[in-house]
Amino acid sequence: MIWVNQILQGVLLGGYYALLACGLSLMFGVMRIINLAHGDLAVLAAFLVWLLVAQGGMPLLPALFVVLAAMAVLGAVMQRTMLERSLRSGILVPLLSTFGLSIVIENLLFAQFGADTRSLAPAIDTLAYDSWSLTNDIYVGQLSVLIFVVAVALLTGLQLLLSRTALGRALRATAENPDIAELVGINSRAVYAIAAAIAVVTAAIGGTFLAMRATFAPYAGPSQLIFAFEAVVIGGLNSLWGTLIGGIVLGVAQNIGAQLDPHGFLIAGHTVFLLVLAARLVLSSELRSRLRLRREYSP
Amino acid sequence: MIRRAGISIERWTPLSLAASAGGLALVAFLAVAPLILGANALDRLTTLFIYITLGAMWNALAGYGGLISVGQQAFFGVGAYAAIRLSHAGLPVYPALVLGGLCAGLFSLLLSSFALRLRGGEFAIGMWVVAELCHLLVNLDGLIQGETGTSLIALNAFAPEQRRADNYWLAFAIAVALLGLMFALLRGRLGGSIQAIRDNEEAAASLGVRVLATKRVIFVIAGAGCGLAGAAWLATSITFEPNAYFSVQWSAYMIFMALVGGLGTFEGPILGAILFFLIESFFGASGIWYLVGLGAAALVFSLFLPRGLWGTLEDRFALHLLPLGYRVRIAAPPAAPAASGEAVSPATGIEG
Repeated sequence: MIWVNQILQGVLLGGYYALLACGLSLMFGVMRIINLAHGDLAVLAAFLVWLLVAQGGMPLLPALFVVLAAMAVLGAVMQRTMLERSLRSGILVPLLSTFGLSIVIENLLFAQFGADTRSLAPAIDTLAYDSWSLTNDIYVGQLSVLIFVVAVALLTGLQLLLSRTALGRALRATAENPDIAELVGINSRAVYAIAAAIAVVTAAIGGTFLAMRATFAPYAGPSQLIFAFEAVVIGGLNSLWGTLIGGIVLGVAQNIGAQLDPHGFLIAGHTVFLLVLAARLVLSSELRSRLRLRREYSP
Repeated sequence: MIRRAGISIERWTPLSLAASAGGLALVAFLAVAPLILGANALDRLTTLFIYITLGAMWNALAGYGGLISVGQQAFFGVGAYAAIRLSHAGLPVYPALVLGGLCAGLFSLLLSSFALRLRGGEFAIGMWVVAELCHLLVNLDGLIQGETGTSLIALNAFAPEQRRADNYWLAFAIAVALLGLMFALLRGRLGGSIQAIRDNEEAAASLGVRVLATKRVIFVIAGAGCGLAGAAWLATSITFEPNAYFSVQWSAYMIFMALVGGLGTFEGPILGAILFFLIESFFGASGIWYLVGLGAAALVFSLFLPRGLWGTLEDRFALHLLPLGYRVRIAAPPAAPAASGEAVSPATGIEG
């Protein structure tokens, strides 16, 4: 029974990872950028919400919307001032500049807020620990279920946005080829800015949930980035539903690992990620890797 | 030397001769420095040599191999850890340090078939995960006692003065050996392949450059180099705390040194390491703002000066201190003897 419980908790945890990961996935899908500051942006948002709620006395939901709006602007500004420029210098430079940004964000947070760990749990009252009992020994936390539901809703929303709306068509066209997209009247700079804004907003939602379900501190960003990236890669790049599956696989592996050994949580997660990566490399035939190579390097 | 119809190919210029001679003289002086310099200067130079090694290794990966790794601390930590283990097993301490560092090279060789098939960001974060996993697994070792860590107690057998000089020579020998190896490789046939891959991987492959094998050589040298640097760091600090050795901070430092100095240039990371060392000496005490500054510098350089300080100087003044490439010198046509054209070809290391 304990295993059923661990797997169930792992699936719910996977929802959180998918939430954190879908922005990373979107940015990679549209702009071919892996944003190494993604986790730090999530933690930055968590601090901003905490600042408004715990310090400013604002109710949680309005505070969240204020922060999400601010993060959307930040995402678009980041795209215009930084990512756009670094993309022009090749595929590797964005890694360097976003890594630099990550160091700047986490150390500024440390300078401002110090090393204390903080949590938004007090702000959500009993939701932080209320649970439903499924059987006598299996309980699911209401917050975990809420996070999972929000993750599925967000992924569905993004999927519908991409497949059904004019903006989605523009995003897909720009992802395919920004220059040709311009020829058919799409403003690819604006599309990039919107994609970056969406990605940063989803990171901010993830960061806020991190703050509710656990504690956070200025240097929490990199591990969130790693979890998000692992979810994206396990699920297969370029697929939002894959990201949910990747998050679930990661969450289940971590929980099973934790059940086996107290140190097992992180070790199992990282190992599963590396195994999936290795298996994919072995399985992908020479032809497929050549195709991928060509696609990645096409302008 | 090829001489044909007024066209000559040259490697050595008066400037590069002078710079090489100066460099050799400096190396000779530094080799005997423990007999001349004081304790403080020796300690600081030891640190500088470790930084130079790290900067040069990260530059070899990113600047020449096109591989951005955020996980080189894996090798730094594994090198130090292996040294602790070997010393614990009874090996004399300095051989244990060198062998321990080389173990990291062996580890990178085992890892290379997997890691080098990852591309771009996959490689960057994949290496980071490898580093995290190494950290977690090393923590499980009873000898290390988790994050508490342990010490290289065998070093206590040496008198402090003797240890200081030995550590200096160790770090110095590692830096000189690795820089010398890179220099020899870059001048030879492999150098042409490496630089061709740096400039355009696909074009290089189409010319018959064995991309994976060439990258593997760089990856293993960088792994061994970071491992040796980790072992040298262990020799100077004596304590081994997994958290300090497997910290992503090391990758941040390496990126700063290579990027600010000049990615893809031989001299750049040396300049970057010296700058980093000076900045750390003056601003390291200011703690957090110093780290903000390092991150901001990496950000600004990647956006506005991606060739780094040395690369920019090199481009602007056609400055080549070390004879790594070839220059084609075309004699002026007889009609206009005053104008002598000179062209520098950047990727002409492939000898027929």
